[in-house]
Amino acid sequence: MSDRLPGFSTLAVHAGAQPDPTTGARATPIYQTTSFVFNDADHAASLFGLQSFGNIYTRIGNPTNAVLEERVAALEGGTAALAVASGHAAQVVVLQQLMQPGDEFIAARKLYGGSINQFAHAFKSFGWNVVWADPDDVASFERAVTPRTKAIFIESIANPAGSITDIEAISTVARKAGVPLIVDNTLASPYLIRPIDHGADIVVHSLTKFLGGHGNSLGGIIVDAGTFDWSTGGKYPMLSEPRPEYHGIRLQETFGNFAFAIACRVLGLRDLGPALSPFNAFMILTGIETLPLRMQKHCDNAKAVAEFLAGHPAVAAVNYSGLASDKYNQLARKYAPKGAGAVFTFSLKGGYDAGVSLVSKLQLFSHLANVGDTRSLVIHPASTTHSQLDDAAKVKSGAGPDVVRLSIGIEDKEDLIADLEQALAA
Amino acid sequence: MNHDAYPDNYIRGILNSVKSIAMVGASPQNVRPSYFAFKYLAQRGYDMIPVNPGHVGKDLLGKPFVASLSDIGQPIDMIDIFRNSSHIMPVVEEALTLDPLPKVIWMQLGARDDAAAEKAEAAGIKVVMNRCPKIEYGRLSSEISWMGVNSRTLSSKRPPAPTQGMRLSLNRMSVGGGETAASDRAAKNKTERS
Repeated sequence: MSDRLPGFSTLAVHAGAQPDPTTGARATPIYQTTSFVFNDADHAASLFGLQSFGNIYTRIGNPTNAVLEERVAALEGGTAALAVASGHAAQVVVLQQLMQPGDEFIAARKLYGGSINQFAHAFKSFGWNVVWADPDDVASFERAVTPRTKAIFIESIANPAGSITDIEAISTVARKAGVPLIVDNTLASPYLIRPIDHGADIVVHSLTKFLGGHGNSLGGIIVDAGTFDWSTGGKYPMLSEPRPEYHGIRLQETFGNFAFAIACRVLGLRDLGPALSPFNAFMILTGIETLPLRMQKHCDNAKAVAEFLAGHPAVAAVNYSGLASDKYNQLARKYAPKGAGAVFTFSLKGGYDAGVSLVSKLQLFSHLANVGDTRSLVIHPASTTHSQLDDAAKVKSGAGPDVVRLSIGIEDKEDLIADLEQALAA
Repeated sequence: MNHDAYPDNYIRGILNSVKSIAMVGASPQNVRPSYFAFKYLAQRGYDMIPVNPGHVGKDLLGKPFVASLSDIGQPIDMIDIFRNSSHIMPVVEEALTLDPLPKVIWMQLGARDDAAAEKAEAAGIKVVMNRCPKIEYGRLSSEISWMGVNSRTLSSKRPPAPTQGMRLSLNRMSVGGGETAASDRAAKNKTERS
């Protein structure tokens, strides 16, 4: 009962989890059930009316998922979280709470290629209009603000080149515009960067990457910082106005500083349906217990590999913000002092063909479309993750034709370097 | 008391010690926050008294409405005020005429009146502002964790299987919040701006 604050590693193991009341099970059980029995009719009505805490149906909430939600909320320093089926699902659910048809949101141009597609095409068909800005030019965000702007979206460490975003500077723009700042913290994980400490109002993750960490389970999560006042000016009616779905409840008034997470659950997840499997939640929770150990090893290995590549005669350039010579090194020192992440790109003097040859010769690195696995991964973004973009957009997002992306795993760094060395030879 | 960021032990001490709670502004409408809180606190074993002059003659979950605090006719441990900030002072002034005095005056989420708090504290009454006792009870017991909310507590103890109407243990280890929480800092900045 002391007020001593436990550290990050303690929270990574304990937050949200306690022994199971019924069986005493110490590991979090997998509650693989669709539904939960009500005590009586009044209990059922209380749960459906949001008057009581409890479980109804796994599309709205599940006890295994709830442990995952509280754990990530604790690690990020938020008030609450909502786990969903994927990182993409998290983005749909977040924006559904904020956007009406015809509204705009500003997004950094340097994003995961899948997010660029989702924003530019799928969301456009909902009438949610993305306006692109350059994360290296904060003024471009300011210029993009209009009366219809409802949110700003950035990545803390941007895919694919691992560049670092100046979260505090962009949060100042968001505050001035009176809109929430949404930060995708997938590539950093809260071990390296806690965006809420730098002014983020909402944090989203693909849990599939470093948080789960083992490349075995998809998942996404939304963390509510509890910092944004949704009540002003009727700008966010999902939160501030009486909701007909719940007989006129106003979510902000009822749930205070975790109202956004509740809106995502009871208006987003309930009605759009991208629920996370409790089995995946269990796998991801197990991964999170070792997040601090893995993430440090990922970063240390990535730095060693980036240094090796920077000194190799076949390499034209390495984009890793952990290198002292990198354009983003100052920002990396400020925002991610423990390490600059483990996803970065480099380009080969031999261009596109040399990239294809490298990928085919690697023995340890796996050629696939994921990042944040224990295993080291390699991909050629221009022909895969970013292939739907036109050539100019590819270059702007850091995925030009000569660029190879690596996600460094937790193997022995000497073996990773030896693998790259043999593949670059010849 | 610093009313921007309460230590968990302060809230825990209040919720563990009070038995009777008069709720000023309790609503019989089942979508109002006061109804939620009234029902939950009754389920957790508190002796709840609804105070609302507009509903005298009716009852709330079996408890008859009274018109005002002075109509209660029994000592009250805590007064929970579900009114806007601008309507707090008269309620606190009425509370200060009670004999014996209440031990705690609690103002709901969104409600804050520092002058009223100062008056109550000068009379030896503990004050909580801009919080919800249902949320705080749910948080400290971790029952609110079912909703993905960060309880900011940890425990390695096996809790009893919860049954209806059971009091829950609030004695878990606190892991931050108050001045360490971004949400509380945001609330404080908002107070300072207004």
